[in-house]
Amino acid sequence: MHFKKRPSWAISESEVTPESVYLNRRKFMSGVAVSAAAMAAPGLVWGSQHDNLSALTYRKADTYAPNEDLTPYKDVIRYNNFYEFGPGKEDPSRHADQLVVDPWSINVEGECARPGRYALEDLLQPHSYQERIYRLRCVEAWSMVIPWVGIPLADVLAQLEPTSKAKYVYFETLERPEQMPGQRSVFSTIDWPYREGLRMDEAMNELSFLAVGLYGRELPNQNGAPIRLVVPWKYGFKSIKSIVRIRFMEEQPKTSWEMIAPDEYGFYANVNPEVDHPRWSQKRERRLPSGIFSPNWRETKKFNGYGEQVAHLYKGMDLAKYY
Amino acid sequence: MLVHWSQATTLRVVKVTLFLAALVPLFVLTQRIVMGDLGPDPAQAITESLGKAAFQLLLATLLMTPLRKLTGWAGWIRCRRMLGLFAFFYAVLHVLAFLQLILGWGDLWATFTRRPYIIMGAAGFLLLVPLALTSTQKMMKRMGRSWKPLHRLIYLSSICVWLHFLWQARSDVLEMVIYGVVLLVLLLVRAYWFGVSSLVPLKKA
Repeated sequence: MHFKKRPSWAISESEVTPESVYLNRRKFMSGVAVSAAAMAAPGLVWGSQHDNLSALTYRKADTYAPNEDLTPYKDVIRYNNFYEFGPGKEDPSRHADQLVVDPWSINVEGECARPGRYALEDLLQPHSYQERIYRLRCVEAWSMVIPWVGIPLADVLAQLEPTSKAKYVYFETLERPEQMPGQRSVFSTIDWPYREGLRMDEAMNELSFLAVGLYGRELPNQNGAPIRLVVPWKYGFKSIKSIVRIRFMEEQPKTSWEMIAPDEYGFYANVNPEVDHPRWSQKRERRLPSGIFSPNWRETKKFNGYGEQVAHLYKGMDLAKYY
Repeated sequence: MLVHWSQATTLRVVKVTLFLAALVPLFVLTQRIVMGDLGPDPAQAITESLGKAAFQLLLATLLMTPLRKLTGWAGWIRCRRMLGLFAFFYAVLHVLAFLQLILGWGDLWATFTRRPYIIMGAAGFLLLVPLALTSTQKMMKRMGRSWKPLHRLIYLSSICVWLHFLWQARSDVLEMVIYGVVLLVLLLVRAYWFGVSSLVPLKKA
């Protein structure tokens, strides 16, 4: 079943700013804007997967990774942690084509004025897409630079009208074992569905982003289609994929990695070279693609280099305690 | 033409086969390096595949004694040293890859004192060093009765190596469980045979 809910604030297509073009998922539209940055990326190999994904119309790059090379498309779509499709880095790209992402709906719950089950296209319709080039730092000490396409999270959350009781926002990934082989593994330590959360002020920060695409086209399934979070100052696992639930909460939600290993992964998970993971150092990262005999090392920056935008959120907090 | 197929020929054939099989992980890795098929993070891929090869060879080494018991053919024991040395060879490469590609020779002290899975891996590796050094015919003779107890350290080493592997699990422990079951069987059959052999003299008495 597929429910469509058109909230009272929704405006009809004809009233929307003419420039903002609304695209149906999986439906190719002509008059495509392709990111110049993407075209210019060195060593880019698109591959057939790229051709099969619909192009998106969007306002071009706000780069938050100036003077840094983009990670090639083929690496962005082949090297993923998405345990719903298996524990290996290449498992997601191998198995994610089993996932059906259209139709897609999102349950909105909790402390907000507009709860309900939304068809994805209804949630996205009032907004126009923009590009954001962000660094992505994985907790495993590797990193990429990715041109996302999507909407500021704040814009989507605002339309759901959170109440004053909403102190946190919680997200869930789809749980559909028949299309997600990793969820069928009896040896998995993750209690499905995958859960993440942000403090409300983090969620409303200008950097928090809901991506529906990358490199100018819809998200490949292994990257979290059809809609995922991107919070670039936090370790990658915070950027939850394939979202089906958004819940506004008064209490801090329990998140998946915190539930698995609370001494290794905290709720905040801000990128921080000063706080080591118990199993490895976080001082440096391997920027991918990395060399064979000498890794492409970078010094890891606090908040992944986004301190200017987010450091104020944590004023007075002991980040070694709230890791 | 009549070929005289002796015990020595069988041993030679088995040995050469195992020798070539033990080189497969190195061959595959080299091929992946040459073909650029290691993905965007070769450091991780290289270190991981060398570590797994070392563990697999360690398990193969531990398989020789049970094979002899089951088949009655003593030749398996004659292959054991070669497999053990291959395990050590891959372990050395694995350690070097870790130091060069993952650590970059930095943070050594903190890494080897504060990270349990690294300490466990280092223990597993260091336990193999005296075994490799005393693996020659000459050393066996020189050490006499003390050679065997020393080489039982391989049991301890392989347990350390398994823990080293297990403690790197993130969300799915299937692979670790498979290796663990194989190791457990290899150790349990020894415990069983040890129990039986210690009972036999009692019965005879």
